Amino acid sequence: MFENLSLETLQIIWWMIVSLLGSILVFLMFVQGGQTLIFQIAKTEDERTMLINSIGRKWDLTFTTLVTFGGAFFASFPLFYATSFGGAYWVWIVILFSFIIQAVSYEYRKKANNFLGQKTFEIFLFINGILAPLCIGTAVGTFFTGSAFYINDMNLSEWKNSARGLEALLDYRNVTLGISVYFLTRILGAQYFISSINDEQIYKRSKIIIKKNAYYFTIFFVSFLSFLVKMDGYAVNPTTHEITKESTKYLHNLIQMPVVGFAFVIGALLVYAGIFLNLLKDNIRGIWLTALGSIIVVFSLFMIAGLNHTAFYPSNYDLQSSLTIYNSSSSHFTLTTMSYVAKAVPLVVAYIWYAWKSMNKKSIDNDEMKENEHVY
Amino acid sequence: MNHLDLSLVDWSRGQFALTAIYHWFFVPLTLGLSFIVAFMETMYVRTGKEEWKNITKFWMTLFGINFAIGVATGIILEFEFGTNWSNYSWIVGDIFGAPLAIEGIFAFFLESTFIAIMFFGWNKVSKNFHLLSTWLVAIGSNLSALWILVANAWMQYPVGMHFNPDTARNEMVNFWSVISPVAINKFYHTVTSSYMVAAIFVVGISAWFLLKKRNIEFAKKSMMLASIFGLLASILTATNGDRSAELVAQKQPMKLAAMEGLYEGKNGAGLIVFAIHNPEKKFDNEKKDYLFKIEIPKALSMLGFKDPNAFVPGIKDLINGNKENNIPSADEKIIKGKIAIDALIKYKEAKKINDQLGQEKQKSILEANYKNFGYGYFKDKTDLVPNVPLVFYSFHIMVMLGFFFIFLFITLVILLYRNKIENKKILLRIALWSIPLGYLASQLGWVVAEVGRQPWTIYEILPTIASTSHLSTGIVQTTFFLFLILFTILLITEIRIMLKQIKTGPKENN
Repeated sequence: MFENLSLETLQIIWWMIVSLLGSILVFLMFVQGGQTLIFQIAKTEDERTMLINSIGRKWDLTFTTLVTFGGAFFASFPLFYATSFGGAYWVWIVILFSFIIQAVSYEYRKKANNFLGQKTFEIFLFINGILAPLCIGTAVGTFFTGSAFYINDMNLSEWKNSARGLEALLDYRNVTLGISVYFLTRILGAQYFISSINDEQIYKRSKIIIKKNAYYFTIFFVSFLSFLVKMDGYAVNPTTHEITKESTKYLHNLIQMPVVGFAFVIGALLVYAGIFLNLLKDNIRGIWLTALGSIIVVFSLFMIAGLNHTAFYPSNYDLQSSLTIYNSSSSHFTLTTMSYVAKAVPLVVAYIWYAWKSMNKKSIDNDEMKENEHVY
Repeated sequence: MNHLDLSLVDWSRGQFALTAIYHWFFVPLTLGLSFIVAFMETMYVRTGKEEWKNITKFWMTLFGINFAIGVATGIILEFEFGTNWSNYSWIVGDIFGAPLAIEGIFAFFLESTFIAIMFFGWNKVSKNFHLLSTWLVAIGSNLSALWILVANAWMQYPVGMHFNPDTARNEMVNFWSVISPVAINKFYHTVTSSYMVAAIFVVGISAWFLLKKRNIEFAKKSMMLASIFGLLASILTATNGDRSAELVAQKQPMKLAAMEGLYEGKNGAGLIVFAIHNPEKKFDNEKKDYLFKIEIPKALSMLGFKDPNAFVPGIKDLINGNKENNIPSADEKIIKGKIAIDALIKYKEAKKINDQLGQEKQKSILEANYKNFGYGYFKDKTDLVPNVPLVFYSFHIMVMLGFFFIFLFITLVILLYRNKIENKKILLRIALWSIPLGYLASQLGWVVAEVGRQPWTIYEILPTIASTSHLSTGIVQTTFFLFLILFTILLITEIRIMLKQIKTGPKENN
């Protein structure tokens, strides 16, 4: 069935698949957002333990989504994988280090004889909570603002800035997106606490966090959007594949792809609908609306970055080195093969949903923390 | 490829080796202990006895401690292909990326979803669903091994692809041939040997309890289950190890020559049982290859080709050529490789000026010589020989340990069956001290596989020197030491926590 699709169609499908994975990753970073709140919301050791155990039962899912996102990008757009990871070396190393220290922290935090002490592991979680959304958001910002790299005739890449990716932090537009993602994950983290922990104090403090962070998120996200619609973009000529700068390209993309533009607005509304559900209706399920909204908004941003003949990873060193879904993808055969593999995804989603439901049907409370032998 | 820099290549290799070695301290235990725990929980569900639940929970706790650091050290390996081996990622990413993505979709999600139920679901889901979750964690872990080993095996035996001069990369043309006999056997050998390592771990810790005369019933039950599991795994490891050697003989003759320290090829080659390699011996001097050796006559020919008189090429034959046995010399391959590289460059030039005839001509030259493309990167044929002493000793120590483990498990099963294990203090101490030996054997297996493959990342297609990212050596040195420090701290932490949990012991039965 996929064999008969054109290479361009497969490239679009795979751009949508990796975009969806990236969008789900942003939602699942509620774990990271929650990690930044463990000192702010918890006032006692018991409260902190409840918070950490609540998000701790999901950290592996976020981690796995990140790894799968990387694997899917490698399989479908290997030239991006080679160029970005080998080029923006320090940014990726910082992100990876933050995930390495996260992975051990839940399990080792409360264990006797843990060498570094409980506080250190909590600080590790806090560091990962800040760095992961901030750096990933900033890195995604370069999908619009560009990076300094050159790709030669043999498709081998060279990074042309000695800061090796850290220069992205000097561009206010990238950082604005990074900070937006950071505040969004904090909102989602607090919403998750509300939905999964049965504790009055945590509930009250989480609501305050949601309110404050919703303001900050709005300020930064609206700022990023205002930059986005005004900035020059990188257009690809569909016939010659030549890349040129186009004024307000991303605004054009929103207008020329009305479905994406519409989805973006709906997504943004859902983000706020979830927040209002938590704040005004005292409904603990606000997270699901905000989650869905976040996924749609981030997905729309990826669509604006890569579709409608746009270079999704522009080079501001050599325009013609910019990566598009056409020049950076795997072959027709590999994309076809991977499309068959992707047919298993609904099954994966189904068992994740079932397991999630089984584990979350009863909220976490202090009694459970005391009764359970295995506690983070 | 103008940036080829040997010190960068060495540091990049060093960093990958460092991170892979650390990661591999934890993976075998995850692969094996997940099944051992699943068997233990099955005993609990079937018998309803609380003592099996306590046994399960004790080993599950150790599994969790090990699993966390395994995940932490594993994430870097996938992304390192991009960060440090970006040329590799482009040149073979069309084939290599797919197994990594499949690993994520089919294996990692299974593991990460059900591990939460395994640890926290005892009172939240039914007994049977919990048991199913434990089994799914074991299956997920092992499926993950399958896909990463398919990817690794493809690096050893690249099949199912062709080179596309337009994109300057290898592209997949047959997915199923990527899952080659080499891949299947590599998977079997790696997982069964990992089960063996995990069994030794359980046996060793149980032996410690018996030596301390603590938790006797728990220790005997754990040891019995692990010994049977370990015995089966070690016999399977020996069997598929034999097949591994056969495949190496046929697909990677240079690696086999290094494993056996075979400099001069011969018909009816013997298999070394024990030997001391002469440190001054190189393939291009006439010094004696071994200071001392014991070998089984004709056994290497038998092992590699199932024929006691088959010709097994030595390092000299593979480098200097052997016309009698139809083996071309490395010099010939290097010349053909350079022709192929030159044809690719000229093909690109012809394409720029839209010279169709020129493109056709260069394409046919490239295709005729592509088999030796990778050799074109080499100037000196001596660079084509891997580190012989390292591969040789690693292989032989691994094999000796493998046979020792079979003997150990047989002895333990017999004594446990006769209920005479408790007083065999020397044996119990041997079992305890076998834990590091299990890890050593497992690591040495990887040394044989990876050092033996050098100087290639993709055997005979892509040399290691042409695979790295365009980075400065200083950057890689910095991250090498950052990883060294971080992973060492985490390893110390893991060992301390593990030892404390072991000393605390399992929950006593009511």
